[in-house]
Amino acid sequence: MLGKRRFLVLLLMSIVIFGISVISLSEEITLEFQQWWEPELPEGVLREICDEFTAKTGINVELISNPYADTKVQIAAGAATGMMPDVVGLDGSWVYDFAKQGAIANLSELMVSSGYDDSQLSLQVQVEGNTYMIAVVNFAYPMYVNKDILKNAGIVEFPTTWSEFKSVAQKVTDPTSNIYAYALPLSSALPNGIQNQFMSWLWASGGKMLEDGKPNLIGNEKLIQGIELMKWLFEEELVTPGTYTMREPDMVEEFVNGRVAFMISSLAHLTLIKEGAPNMDVAITSIPKMDGYTGKSGICVANWGIGIASNSKHKEEAWRFIEYLMSPEVNAKLAVYANGFPGNTASEPDYSKKDKLFVDAYEIYQESYAINEFIGLPRSEDLMRIFLENFVLYLEGEFDSAETMLEEIQKEWLRIFGD
Amino acid sequence: MKLPLNLKKKMEPFFYLSPALIVMIILIAVPITMVILFSFFDNVIINKNPTFVGLANYYDVLTDPIFFTALKNTTFFVGISVLAHLILGIMFALLLNSKYIGKKTKALFRIIFILPWLFTEAIIAILWRLLLNPNGIVNYLLQIFNFLGTSIDWLGSIDLALVSVTIINIWSGYPFYMISLLAGLQGIPQELYEASSIDGANAMNQFFYITIPQLKPILLSLITLDLVWTIQQFTLIWMTTGGGPLHASETLSTYIYKQAFSSFQYSKAATTSVIVLLICIVLAIFYAKQQKGEGLK
Repeated sequence: MLGKRRFLVLLLMSIVIFGISVISLSEEITLEFQQWWEPELPEGVLREICDEFTAKTGINVELISNPYADTKVQIAAGAATGMMPDVVGLDGSWVYDFAKQGAIANLSELMVSSGYDDSQLSLQVQVEGNTYMIAVVNFAYPMYVNKDILKNAGIVEFPTTWSEFKSVAQKVTDPTSNIYAYALPLSSALPNGIQNQFMSWLWASGGKMLEDGKPNLIGNEKLIQGIELMKWLFEEELVTPGTYTMREPDMVEEFVNGRVAFMISSLAHLTLIKEGAPNMDVAITSIPKMDGYTGKSGICVANWGIGIASNSKHKEEAWRFIEYLMSPEVNAKLAVYANGFPGNTASEPDYSKKDKLFVDAYEIYQESYAINEFIGLPRSEDLMRIFLENFVLYLEGEFDSAETMLEEIQKEWLRIFGD
Repeated sequence: MKLPLNLKKKMEPFFYLSPALIVMIILIAVPITMVILFSFFDNVIINKNPTFVGLANYYDVLTDPIFFTALKNTTFFVGISVLAHLILGIMFALLLNSKYIGKKTKALFRIIFILPWLFTEAIIAILWRLLLNPNGIVNYLLQIFNFLGTSIDWLGSIDLALVSVTIINIWSGYPFYMISLLAGLQGIPQELYEASSIDGANAMNQFFYITIPQLKPILLSLITLDLVWTIQQFTLIWMTTGGGPLHASETLSTYIYKQAFSSFQYSKAATTSVIVLLICIVLAIFYAKQQKGEGLK
């Protein structure tokens, strides 16, 4: 016969075990979603979208939001320790390294297993034939123009070719009033100025830096001419001072403060510019093309991409969340609020209430083809930094020609491609 | 099984210390051991099955010219920062301890002088970026007083970036010395100064033969701690120059960061971290010895 004490112990143990099993059975699934989107969207929009998902599926979404640069570091740290949040916001330039590391899940497998039709996706970033990132929203990088500066210089027409740009740049620059033609952020801390503000000129003229997925810098005539154009702008002192420590937000600030006539920047900055300089007469135009080029222009795009952590215990639920974000209605809503273009080609965002500048940019985007050759490359940020440092050396007179500089960059890039 | 009484007695202190020891092992010993181990393997983290490469990573790092640029810059940055912290700290502490300044003025100076210490490093970086910008107030003032013809890009100049970042670090760090030394000055018995005055000592004699020897223990502690902290300085440099332009302000901390989070070369980042750890260990031993020596006195 059981003693009284032993009986009580058994009873207590049974209650504890029952309690634990009840708790685990009724445990709600919560997906952690780390991204930099929430701070860039109007307040509450992303939370509202996630709450709608929870209402439909019963799956909770916890938002982990930080600025872009911090998000990258935190995701890289999570990838290193195997503690990545379930769903992560990704930039196309990070994908190769995280995929090679095995930190992000193969989305192709999840798409197949769930029977998802991927034909409506505008961009999938793939590594060795498998998708690891899906673009949720695309952002174009057109050219912003401060029309007030142009008017003061007596210029009516926007430049459409490089030679016209050179001529306009000389006319609008006035160092005594701290007004310069162009801003080029070349901070080595965040070297994406090479991608967004430098390569944009090449892509707009139909040029490319890669051939068959490999660096094609040596003897690349369009690239050489693009470098010469930039060097000329620097030599003529038509570029805003402080370029070597300037980051993209600093460039936008210079523009908002009326010190830059032209800048190439993301459409995501449109609201910031309109709020920062409500009285400024701003226009959005195409990036001037190389003289003689009559073909279609490429326009640099950046993305809000999305992926799933390999270490996630809720991959199916995470995929349901991605499917939800990519559904035409939700995707259209995100695109409209973000001042971007939808990642789902079947989405029909309502831009009717948008600023006229946005509509202009949308037209430019539709007339061009989206391009960003850094997406999906190994160690993209390193590639940009190598280009940036050698370009600075060239501007400082350390290389005798653009061709020599490109030879050096190609050598260093090939080492990374070969790793 | 019962432990012998002698062993039980010896183990007792460890039992009481166990909560702190467990935390230290988890938060300090394990990460340090992992980083040291990483430095002996090939591309860890990225490669799921890294292989042992011995000292190959050390060879790679120690033959990298950028590492030596970073080491040289770190030596300059740390050396000048610590020296300037020391001089400014003593100067301001003496000023605040002076009997020739009224109480209200002293209180005002204390608030003004301690301000840099109250700001976070991110705020300091943003503040100085605005000040040193080619369109910033420093250039403006230098130009209106005709010290400059054209604006200088203080943080973006290859020749000036490291000096500019060092000045920012000096500004942000001297109040720690000032407050510590002020406390030390207030603890020096006045009788020493009075007796020396009777013996004919002037202010300089008093400073070098009474003040400095009396402050020596605090000074040594401050210098050692400051050396370790300044070697590890990252935020200020990253947020102002990012180590650029062209590695002109690259220090060991920014070099490690770029290796890890830009190049994804975690093994090399770990190797450089171990080198920094060795430097800090030497300083820590010096600090511990000095503290032990003071304790014996």
